[in-house]
Amino acid sequence: MTGTTSGSHLDLPRYARTDPALRTPVGFPEYRSTGLRAPLRTPVDLPHRLTEVTGPLLGADRVRPEDADLTRRAGGEAVGQRIVVHGRVLDSGGRPVQHTLVEIWQANAAGRYRHVVDNWPAPLDPHFDGLGRVMTDDQGRYEFTTIRPGAYPWRNHDNAWRPAHIHFSLFGRAFTQRLVTQMYFPDDPLFFQDPILNAIPEAARPLAICRYDYERTVPEWALAFRWDIVLRGPEQTPFETEDDGDVA
Amino acid sequence: MTQLQTTPSATVGPYWAIGLTWEDGPHVVAPDAPGAVWIRGRIYDGAGKALGVGLVETWQADPDGRFDHPDDPRGSSAWPGFRGFGRSSMANGGEFAICTLKPGRVPDGEGGLQAPHLDVSIFSQGLLDRVVTRIYFADEAEANAEDVVLHGMPEDRRATLVATPAQDGYRFDIHLQGDRETVFFAV
Ligand SMILES: [Fe+3]
Repeated sequence: MTGTTSGSHLDLPRYARTDPALRTPVGFPEYRSTGLRAPLRTPVDLPHRLTEVTGPLLGADRVRPEDADLTRRAGGEAVGQRIVVHGRVLDSGGRPVQHTLVEIWQANAAGRYRHVVDNWPAPLDPHFDGLGRVMTDDQGRYEFTTIRPGAYPWRNHDNAWRPAHIHFSLFGRAFTQRLVTQMYFPDDPLFFQDPILNAIPEAARPLAICRYDYERTVPEWALAFRWDIVLRGPEQTPFETEDDGDVA
Repeated sequence: MTQLQTTPSATVGPYWAIGLTWEDGPHVVAPDAPGAVWIRGRIYDGAGKALGVGLVETWQADPDGRFDHPDDPRGSSAWPGFRGFGRSSMANGGEFAICTLKPGRVPDGEGGLQAPHLDVSIFSQGLLDRVVTRIYFADEAEANAEDVVLHGMPEDRRATLVATPAQDGYRFDIHLQGDRETVFFAV
């Protein structure tokens, strides 16, 4: 039962913390630019109070139906392998995260971003801007139609290339659930030399890789890939343990 | 109950501005709203150099200390024109800028009240996960002295969390490393 306005105890959800052995560290020596940026002191533990268990529930009014299809921009069709990327956004308790904003950005089929500081010699595509937005539905589902991104070089180490990936940003429903991450494609030969993927502890790395989805592949139209995203869920309370019949 | 493993974070990388720039991002309230203030600052790396780009997001209560959210057990509040959320892309020469209203005090769940504060997430190339801090206000000395998070923190560490009055609002610089490293939080 909920707390009262002032003073007394507030009954708030608490979000489960991810085991540090399964979390991406903020800094990773092989990813060189973390060296001067990743904080060096141990972060101070912040118990979950009102500010942390609430968060922005915005987005519905910022998303247009055409934002889910990245292959038709500026009045024409993007070049490359057309793909459907879909999945569900769940919390760690298995519950769908409903009506939450999913923002993505990515390189084009040639591995080039439409961004002023990306100027390696790969072509831009006038019909691809690499930006997508959707809201999840009441089952937590999301779906984009896009182009399979190309790999691109960067200067982290000798002959460094980023494996193909799509960047994802999610809010969930609480400040504690905020997640910015990257989705990779199965069996990419560039994984071995990528410190951004390899910074993720090995036991968690498979969760960053989507799987090919033949069932959702659209005949004579598009290949499909499925990627479920799991945000932190409310911690199970002792009360729920005794009465867990309705918790998935 | 089964527990699913959470999806690991990754850096926003160098090209996040394609996906995460909102024209109205910095406007927690419209700049002409009564009482609107700007919170501005820079983010410094371990060499003392200001980052040229980076993404700063803020989340806060309204001036009554209420959150526009169903999990606020006091009932969600909707201050007119107040979004609670700010997102600054540091477009102007490496300075972030959030236009907002100073939040009210919020219950700490232990019988007291927290001092006015914003929760802050910082994203950048070179950070594989967000880093989290809080902004408090120098002109709230009395409330700060009672705050459950600031309480017991050494004075020099605590000072890294306090925004100072400036011409059109407040100044809050963030130091990722070094002697003046900002207090960052594990949430
Ligand atoms: Fe990228």
